Amino acid sequence: MNEFRVARLERTLSLRAKIVRINWLLVVLLCLAAMIGVAVLYSIADGSWTPRAAQHAVRFGVFLLIMLSLALIDIRWWMALAYPTYIVALLLLVGVEFFGVKVMGAQRWLDVGPIRIQPAEIMKLALVLALARYYHSLAIERATSLRHIALPSLMIIAPVLLILHQPDLGTAMLVGATGAAIVFLAGLSWRIITLGGITGLIGGVAFLIFGLHDYQRARIETFLNPERDPLGAGYHILQSKIALGSGGLVGKGFLGGTQSHLNFLPEKQTDFVFTALGEEFGFIGTLSVLVLFALILFTGMMIAGRARHSFGRLAAAGVCVTFALYVLVNISMVMGLIPVVGVPLPLISYGGTVMLTVMIGFALVMNIHIHRNAELPSGRGFLI
Amino acid sequence: MAGRGEDARGLFTRRALVLSGAGVAAFGALTARLYKLQILESDRYRGLSDENQFNYQLLPPSRGQILDRDGVPLAKNADNFRLLLEPEQVPDLDDLLARLSKIIPLRNDMHERIRKSLKRRSKSTAVVLAENLDWAQFAAANLQLPELPGVRPEVGELRIYPDGASMAHVIGYVGRVPESMDTEDEPLLRHPGFRIGRTGAEKALDKKLRGHAGALKVEVSALGRVVRELPDPATIARPGDDVELTLDQRVQSFAAARLKGQSAAVCAIDIDTGAVPVLLSTPGFDPNLFAKGISGPDYRSLLEDEFKPLFNKALGGTYPPASCIKPVIAVTALRQGITDGHERVLCTGKIKLGDREFHCWKRSGHGPVNMLGAIGKSCDIYFYEMARRLGIDNIRDAVHEFGFGENFDLGIGGGNTGLVPDQAWKRARFGTSWSQGETLIAGIGQGYLATTPIQLAVMTARLASGVKVMPYLIKGEEQHGFGELGFSTAGLGAARAGMIAVCEAPWGTAYRMGGLGLGDLKMAGKTGTGQVRRITKVERDDRVRKNSELPWRLRDHALFVTYAPADAPRYAVAVVVEHGGGGSVVAAPPARDILRELLREDPATLARLSGVGTSAKGPAT
Repeated sequence: MNEFRVARLERTLSLRAKIVRINWLLVVLLCLAAMIGVAVLYSIADGSWTPRAAQHAVRFGVFLLIMLSLALIDIRWWMALAYPTYIVALLLLVGVEFFGVKVMGAQRWLDVGPIRIQPAEIMKLALVLALARYYHSLAIERATSLRHIALPSLMIIAPVLLILHQPDLGTAMLVGATGAAIVFLAGLSWRIITLGGITGLIGGVAFLIFGLHDYQRARIETFLNPERDPLGAGYHILQSKIALGSGGLVGKGFLGGTQSHLNFLPEKQTDFVFTALGEEFGFIGTLSVLVLFALILFTGMMIAGRARHSFGRLAAAGVCVTFALYVLVNISMVMGLIPVVGVPLPLISYGGTVMLTVMIGFALVMNIHIHRNAELPSGRGFLI
Repeated sequence: MAGRGEDARGLFTRRALVLSGAGVAAFGALTARLYKLQILESDRYRGLSDENQFNYQLLPPSRGQILDRDGVPLAKNADNFRLLLEPEQVPDLDDLLARLSKIIPLRNDMHERIRKSLKRRSKSTAVVLAENLDWAQFAAANLQLPELPGVRPEVGELRIYPDGASMAHVIGYVGRVPESMDTEDEPLLRHPGFRIGRTGAEKALDKKLRGHAGALKVEVSALGRVVRELPDPATIARPGDDVELTLDQRVQSFAAARLKGQSAAVCAIDIDTGAVPVLLSTPGFDPNLFAKGISGPDYRSLLEDEFKPLFNKALGGTYPPASCIKPVIAVTALRQGITDGHERVLCTGKIKLGDREFHCWKRSGHGPVNMLGAIGKSCDIYFYEMARRLGIDNIRDAVHEFGFGENFDLGIGGGNTGLVPDQAWKRARFGTSWSQGETLIAGIGQGYLATTPIQLAVMTARLASGVKVMPYLIKGEEQHGFGELGFSTAGLGAARAGMIAVCEAPWGTAYRMGGLGLGDLKMAGKTGTGQVRRITKVERDDRVRKNSELPWRLRDHALFVTYAPADAPRYAVAVVVEHGGGGSVVAAPPARDILRELLREDPATLARLSGVGTSAKGPAT
């Protein structure tokens, strides 16, 4: 308890000291989540490691190594790269606007040589880093002033608008909400929060009325009344609810989900993986996953709270907020609480991009945990 | 600086707690929602999931066969390989049809037809994509099934009519359930492959032939592919009952071949029982075409054919009975006592009534003729005289007893009452009074009189037996025991003697065809030539045109009624050849041949024929 009060701020740490400080609880929790993902993907493939379960496991293993490596580098590198990463991510988003590849009606992807990247994913972490970096350099009283709200607001609004235009409503809201959460944690005065909340509400309603694409409007209408067109757009939500509900308390058993095995579930490997899990393992299974995610978030927030520098606190909390939003949006979606927005369940859904984003995010959290006592300059960083 | 840092840290902690509180609330809400979904409402969703997983497929029953009197199938079933489409499982119809057309030939208008049937029926009802596929096509489609979402292969039934046209009018055919039909209570009727009896026995006996549908519980995937079948014995389809008819497949086919190319009708009746072994209308049509779904042009050509192939002339065609009525006039004359049968009437070729002349078919006249001669030679003058003495009311009453004016549809529909005119009828119909000339021509079966071939056969059976024979076609519908006719045995005997003379006396009108040709068995008959046009005075004075000089539809109808053996009648046969010409030449030979074919299968007749053989080597030696 007294440790952080007494401990001195550290300029440098040996690699050995860093390894000793690794938060193994967090590693174990992340591994557990990924293992659940492997099990569900194995079951969906009718008890087969191919095509996804094995790849999911291997991919997680690789990303875990990347995560641990990134956790061990000096935190000042993270800080120093915060703004450049943000600027690159923003440029990539602009690039998507002009050179992006259209996939299923939305322009979200950018071909860079042989790989295809989704700049919006990069932006999720870049914004967290950049905002944490910005508030780290700012005195607390200045953080609450109106004048210093303009720049962070711009930092949030610019990528949100670009992502919204792709169009990707789900990610835009995720990025916007994460940014807003960091601004809130940095100490924005309640007066401005109230004011901003009201403005945001009015703006949001206006957007819902005038700014939505037809397919987005259809999704929202379907969400409000899924039974209206059970074989059309409401099909996914209805089938998902049937799968979850029919799971009952203990589920239909491993490999026993009829909805998922008979293909009534859409996107069961990705966005609707929670549904497949709920069908086979029931309420006990879904509750376990929720508890696991809550533990990960709790660990993350504890790490944030123990950091002795603003950058660490805000960045770790920002990653936690992003992760929490992923979980909340995905699970709400598959239960029909919100419209289908195409957000996967982190670590469990099949798919490399999101897993990489999440694991790099937790690399940052782990890095902050290791460097919780580091002395960080509030002015310019050691690179810029 | 440290103090400022700690301030910031305190602020962060407070804010983080607020945010975490919101997070806990959100997770709590999700948990509550999951609890509601998975625990409280689980039963409901479990049911919906089962509905998803299991489907009931209707199993159409096998349709009962229609058999002839010896058990020969006249309508049976064959495998029909077909592809059904479950519209609700098709993501992209155009794409599907494009892919399917590479495997099997599809009609060009398939797309439009599917859209139409989708509009008609609910989305959950399957529609037929293609049927009567051969095995190679069906196998190919089955192989490609994973790429054809919504397509369901099915082995259904195709109705087969082995005898084709010769049975078409009696058996009828099956076809799609008409759209106008109420299918609410009977899901079987909504099954896309189901066929319902549309005409003839298929229609009349449809309920009996149809059977009861079964259901198959199957586990299906979201794309409708059957994952496995879960048979339940309680829901197996119950096939329809077989139905036996009185028809004789062999003789009916013989008759059809015998009258090929002519527009004709044949009706044969078993005089003892009333069974109808032959009921033919030619030309026919191929009912197999209808069962498969006839094309527009084919159907139009059948409709427009001058010989009316779709129409059952044997039951529904009406013709003047012509001279075939003469034996009936004869027995009536004897009953009313207006002649004794031996009285001779002088035939000079014509008689005068007022200022009108009535002609005999033989312009030179028959000279003095008694009843026997008048029937045998078919003298018109004799029967003009008998009719004049009888009056139309007596004639009307008599022909009614022989079945005229009665609709014999044999339970398959398509019958006709014909027309038996009298004074009241004429007044109601034309508003004019009956003239005696009309009575005269009624005496030779012309004028307003109209009869169907089956009525003529019934008349013949009744003349031959003296009882009110009732024809029947469907086994089980026979009438046991017939009431006596109101004519004396002597009177009927005189008429029969006349009819025997027609065939057996050298001066008989049908003598030239050479008799029955079965040992020494004799036949009885009566020729008829039904005039369909009025012969004007001018034409008669000049020369009556021969049939061959007239267009087909103005030529005379050729009629012949017959029964045999003359001494112990077994079968009565009536043949009408539309616009065929003279009855003795055109109608009598085929009628005789059909009669002979029937007798060849008759045990009593066979016994007599072989009896001749045994008696030869019996007591004579």
